Amino acid sequence: MSNNNENNFLEKINNGNKVEPRDWMPEKYRKHLIRQIAQHAHSEVIGMQPEGNWITRAPSLRAKMVLIAKVQDEGGHGLYLYSACETLGITRDELISQLHEGKAKYSNIFNYPTLSWADIGAIGWLVDGAAIVNQQSLRRTSYGPYSRAMVRICREESFHQRQGYEIMSKMSNGIKEQQKMAQDALDRWWWPSLMMFGPHDVDSAHSSDAMKWKIKRETNDALRQLFIDRTVKQADLIGLEIPDPDLKWNKKKKHYDFGKIDWDEFWKVVNGNGFCNKERIANHVKAHEEGEWVKEAALAYAEKQKRRKK
Amino acid sequence: MNKNQLPTWEVFIQPKSGASFQHAGNLHAIDEEMALQNARDLYTRRQEGSCIWVVKSDNIVSSNPDDEESFFDPSDDKIYRYPTFFKVSKKAKGL
Repeated sequence: MSNNNENNFLEKINNGNKVEPRDWMPEKYRKHLIRQIAQHAHSEVIGMQPEGNWITRAPSLRAKMVLIAKVQDEGGHGLYLYSACETLGITRDELISQLHEGKAKYSNIFNYPTLSWADIGAIGWLVDGAAIVNQQSLRRTSYGPYSRAMVRICREESFHQRQGYEIMSKMSNGIKEQQKMAQDALDRWWWPSLMMFGPHDVDSAHSSDAMKWKIKRETNDALRQLFIDRTVKQADLIGLEIPDPDLKWNKKKKHYDFGKIDWDEFWKVVNGNGFCNKERIANHVKAHEEGEWVKEAALAYAEKQKRRKK
Repeated sequence: MNKNQLPTWEVFIQPKSGASFQHAGNLHAIDEEMALQNARDLYTRRQEGSCIWVVKSDNIVSSNPDDEESFFDPSDDKIYRYPTFFKVSKKAKGL
C-alpha cells in the first residue's frame, strides 16, 4: 500500500502537479516542508527587527511611511507562511515554541546589526533581492499552499527591492559622507547576502531529497549565481564597488566568477555566535509574552458575547 | 508556553464587485469581527478586493482528493454536455 502511495506521489510530482494538504505524502516530505516553511516564516518575522530599528529615525516622512509599509508586509508574509505550514499538521503554538527554544532556525542574515540608514538601503536591495531570487524559484515548488504563498509574496516584494535600491542610489549620489555610508553598507551586507542561498551544492545536507521532490527547483549555487549576475550591474550603475577582488566577468561561462565565501563565519553565526542572535530571539519572546493579554482579552470578550447571545 | 491558539478561518476575496469570490488563505481570530479585520489587514493591503468572506475552517466540507476519480466519475462520459458534441451546418450562424 505504502509503496503504491509513494509511486503515485512521485508520479504526481513528476507530472508537475501540486501536492495538496489532504493528499498522501511521505513523512520525510512533510517534515522537510515543515522545517523549510517554518524557517522561511520565522525569517520574515525576525526580519522585521533590523528594519524596525530605523523606523523612528527614518530621514523623511516619505521614507518612514515606506519603511513602515515594508515592515508590515514582512509581518504579513510571515503569516502567509505560518498558514501554509499549519496545513501540514503543526500548530502555530508549536512553531513559535520551536523558534523560542532555538530548535527552529531563521535566515542568518538577520543576525547582523543595522548600523546606519544606508543599511536599510542595503537590506532592501541585497537581502530582499536575494530573497526574491529564491522565492521566484519557489513559486514552482511542489507543495500547493507553499507555492501559492510564494506567488503572493513575490507580487508584493518587488517594491521592497526597489525602495532599497533607491536609498542606495540617492546616498551614492549624495555628499561624501553619504557615499561612504552606502559603500560601507554594501561592504558589510554583500557576503552575508551571498550566504543566504545556503552552503554550496556539494555540502548541502538537505538538497538532494528537496530536488527529487521538487520542493526546491534550483540549486543553491545556481540561484546564488543568478543573484550575483544581476546585482553586479546594478552596483556599477550607481557607482558602488562590490567588495570582492576576485569578481570578474567570465566570457566563456557568461557569468561572473567570484571569490571564496567565508563559511566559517557563516557557521559561527548560524550556531548562535552572531552579533544579534540573542537579542532577536529575546525581543520575539518579549513581544509574545507582553502581547499575551491581547489574546486573553479577546478570548474573554468572545466568551462574553457568546453568553449574551444565549 | 501559551496554549490558547485562536481558531482558524478561511478567507475569500471578491476582487471587484460582480466577480466570484476566491480563496485567499487563512488566519487566526477569536470571532467574526476580528477575522474580518485581520483578513483586511493581511490579504488586502493593495486594494485586492471589494468584499471579504470569512468562514471558520472547521465549517468547510471538502471532497476527499483520494476519491477524486470515483467522485467526479459521473461527468466523465457525458461529452454531450459540451457544445462541440453537436454537428451543425456551417451555414447556421449565431449558434
